[in-house]
Amino acid sequence: MAEKLIFEYGVPGRRATAQSPAYGAPAATPPELPAELRRSTPLGLPEVSELDVVRHYTRLSQKNFSIDTNFYPLGSCTMKYNPRACNTLALQPGFAGRHPLAPAAFSQGFLACMYELQDILKEVTGMQAVSLTPMAGAQGEFAGVAMIKAYHDARGDTERNEILVPDAAHGTNPATAVMCGCAVREIPTDADGDVDLEALKQAVGPQTAGIMLTNPSTLGVFEQDILEIARTVHEAGGLLYYDGANLNAILGKVKPGEMGFDVIHMNLHKTFSTPHGGGGPGSGAVGVSERLKPFLPIPVVGRSDAGYRWLDEADLPQSIGRLSAFMGNAGVLLRAYVYARMLGREGMTRVAEFSTLNSNYLMKRLQAAGFELAYPQRRASHEFIVTLKKEKQAFGLTATDLAKRLLDYGFHAPTVYFPLLVPECLLIEPTETESRETLDAFVDAMVAIRDEAEKDMDYVHGAPYSTPVRRLDEVRAAKQLDLRWQPDDNAA
Amino acid sequence: MPFIPHTQADVDAMLERIGAASIDDLFDEIPAELRNIDLDELPDGLSEMAVTRLMRERAARDGGALNFIGAGAYEHHVPAAVWEITTRGEFYSAYTPYQAEASQGTLQLIYEYQTMICGLTGMDVANASLYDGASGLAEAVLMAVRANRKSKSGRVLVADSLNPVYRQVTQGITANQGIRLESLGYDAASGITEMPEHGEDEDITAVVIPQPNFFGCLEAVDALTDWAHARGALVIAVVNPTALALIKPPGEWGSGDNAGADIVCGEGQPLGVPLASGGPYFGFMCCSSKHVRQMPGRIVGRTVDLDGQPGYTLTLQPREQHIRRSKATSNICTNQGLLVTAATLYMSLLGPTGLQEVAQACLSNTRSLADALTDIPGVKRVFDAPVFHEICLSLPQPAGPVLAALAERGIAGGYAMCRAYPDRSDHEVLVCATETRTADDIDLFARELADILERTGSSSAVA
Repeated sequence: MAEKLIFEYGVPGRRATAQSPAYGAPAATPPELPAELRRSTPLGLPEVSELDVVRHYTRLSQKNFSIDTNFYPLGSCTMKYNPRACNTLALQPGFAGRHPLAPAAFSQGFLACMYELQDILKEVTGMQAVSLTPMAGAQGEFAGVAMIKAYHDARGDTERNEILVPDAAHGTNPATAVMCGCAVREIPTDADGDVDLEALKQAVGPQTAGIMLTNPSTLGVFEQDILEIARTVHEAGGLLYYDGANLNAILGKVKPGEMGFDVIHMNLHKTFSTPHGGGGPGSGAVGVSERLKPFLPIPVVGRSDAGYRWLDEADLPQSIGRLSAFMGNAGVLLRAYVYARMLGREGMTRVAEFSTLNSNYLMKRLQAAGFELAYPQRRASHEFIVTLKKEKQAFGLTATDLAKRLLDYGFHAPTVYFPLLVPECLLIEPTETESRETLDAFVDAMVAIRDEAEKDMDYVHGAPYSTPVRRLDEVRAAKQLDLRWQPDDNAA
Repeated sequence: MPFIPHTQADVDAMLERIGAASIDDLFDEIPAELRNIDLDELPDGLSEMAVTRLMRERAARDGGALNFIGAGAYEHHVPAAVWEITTRGEFYSAYTPYQAEASQGTLQLIYEYQTMICGLTGMDVANASLYDGASGLAEAVLMAVRANRKSKSGRVLVADSLNPVYRQVTQGITANQGIRLESLGYDAASGITEMPEHGEDEDITAVVIPQPNFFGCLEAVDALTDWAHARGALVIAVVNPTALALIKPPGEWGSGDNAGADIVCGEGQPLGVPLASGGPYFGFMCCSSKHVRQMPGRIVGRTVDLDGQPGYTLTLQPREQHIRRSKATSNICTNQGLLVTAATLYMSLLGPTGLQEVAQACLSNTRSLADALTDIPGVKRVFDAPVFHEICLSLPQPAGPVLAALAERGIAGGYAMCRAYPDRSDHEVLVCATETRTADDIDLFARELADILERTGSSSAVA
């Protein structure tokens, strides 16, 4: 059933009185602002009661699929269970109420957590130093490429302006390289899903600033030639950037630092299970090798006899600078810290093991059920790709159709049409927190949908049927832009 | 094995299906020399009970300061319902609404958020958020350079009265794009931006105007907007959302046909987000309709479904990195969805009257604070322009030791101005009193400050 907009519940003069700072307080005459600075137009906020608000947004929440309600195998996003303790403990008053510029005396508890988180991330990635400030993966990428550039510039090696990116890479990689003022050169992928080594050797040269790699790659396979790639790029004078999008596949099993990477970002909202929040907040902490240490974004947490303190411009004069007004998504970092402490050494290794076990199991079961794999000759990492090329040809079933129909079966769709290299692809990432029964039920749904499509493609093409709305007219959304409610809308 | 449901029987059955002898075999494509790592530095795992105890102790160490610091993050009362609803699993553990039919809750909420932010700022369109106020300004500057096609210079004038960290972040993020950030000075007596002297024929891409500025002062935004527009420059407004309940919204700045800021951004934290050591917050961004295709980040639009029923979806996606890759408007992907959820609940619960009352209380509490503190001998106002909820004061002694002494008495007594402006006197301090400070809080601060100044003043009188 359609839920009205919050504005449509509004009645002039209605309000949530308990939220008024003036309620119960002695009436004061507030100072006047000069006339030319004063606001004379309405604020455009809804006039509703507290119950209106609670009921409306509770109802809206019920129109969402989420990890807490549905299996959510969205490839490359690591939609695993977000432990509730992480949230509860990060929102304690001592943490939630701490002003970011509060004196060190009111900050030792928080800083201790951040310092230890830096150490934990160093250990699991095999890097030499960590900065927690980037606020999402894309900002971590920006910091990484900016550090690579700063490193070359500091050596007077100023002609290195090209970043190599595999053609299967996430779109943020080339977008980031451009933001850092670099040119982008794409490297093709070979038939096994690995970077084409010969093409890479042709591409590197004195213009190479570095390469951005995800490993396992976005194709769901581990780059088998990673050591050779590292050697090739390093010998050409370039540096290696590790995109941590798929760190869940190797957490506790392989260290990016040992593969030869000079800088990595970690998506803590994926690998360290902080909430995805309907599209953020993320957290893109970066780790570096010894030679990039001086360029880390600030602030970083340091420790001395007097306690923990922020390291800033004075301590890291060659830093690429600040990326946020304060120190990034601190509350996300606290959640990640709690998660890391609960896992500990053994739990960390289990992440890679069981995400890989679940992925390979699901892959083999789907293959046995007749679905075509993009790379059947390979092991799955924590995710894998199914292509519907065959089904599309035979009876017109596209990745979109299957994705939409899965919603009717109570499963969030996998990532579709990414990576761009594989036609009609589904990138499926089950994560380690799902049970075997859930995976089996997903296979059953996939098979059932394919059977439905074979018999009645029109029916599948009309899916979803059980969601709050049916397939949406996205062309109209882009052409007849309606990006905010206006009071006149009610008349229509 | 925390959060992993598998029994040994599951593992055995699954490995059999896969045709592998052990879990380790699943990693056999990884070079052997990479597979033998040690994690000796990691601690053992903790139960939820043990980690709760640890985190309670740490949180308790940080709590309890009576806060008078603002400087870009503001302590406001957050209604209980805001985070009760925001942390419902259906919001908390969903992701970017790629499958619109399964994400109508988040999408409709963002559409409502966009409407509210447009209302507050007086602008046409808003995006679904950026990381925070500082990085939001960097995105706004990049956007202005794309949107102002007539300007070739890449010159962006930034008021010196803007939070200096915002300038640093913007400098860092735009450094490699051929953009020059230039200074706009402020008047030493009033604390607001002076009318610049550049001629009308100069090529200026954009002008960045804060309201209120870092000193808490309210800028003469109409004159600055007209000045910028007369030179073909776009106006980027950096505003505090609470202040907008009382002061003229950027959509109305300036005069004539050209009135209104072109791009508006700011820190969304005051709208229901706890101080929380600086994040996660969110940056809001709006613009006029004609620039919407240059805006970075997610945007939600209303449309209809197959049955003609209204529904919501991400739109204008060809601007974004997952489609345009190296030609995208920004590399931003994940933004600050959960914080937008909190802000939407906050704005709904406060409503127009509530938010005005919060802003009025900030205004009057800061006035009371300034009066109480300037009653102390030697404490003076630094600037004479009207302020919103922050004010810069000069102490008779260096601010650092005084603030340290206040901290020992449980008071976070403000922000030493020379940390942000090294050229300003180290006697200056920026103080803030929002609606959360009571008359008693203000009295206590004034008494403790007077006492500290008297003690240290008499002991150092000879020097």
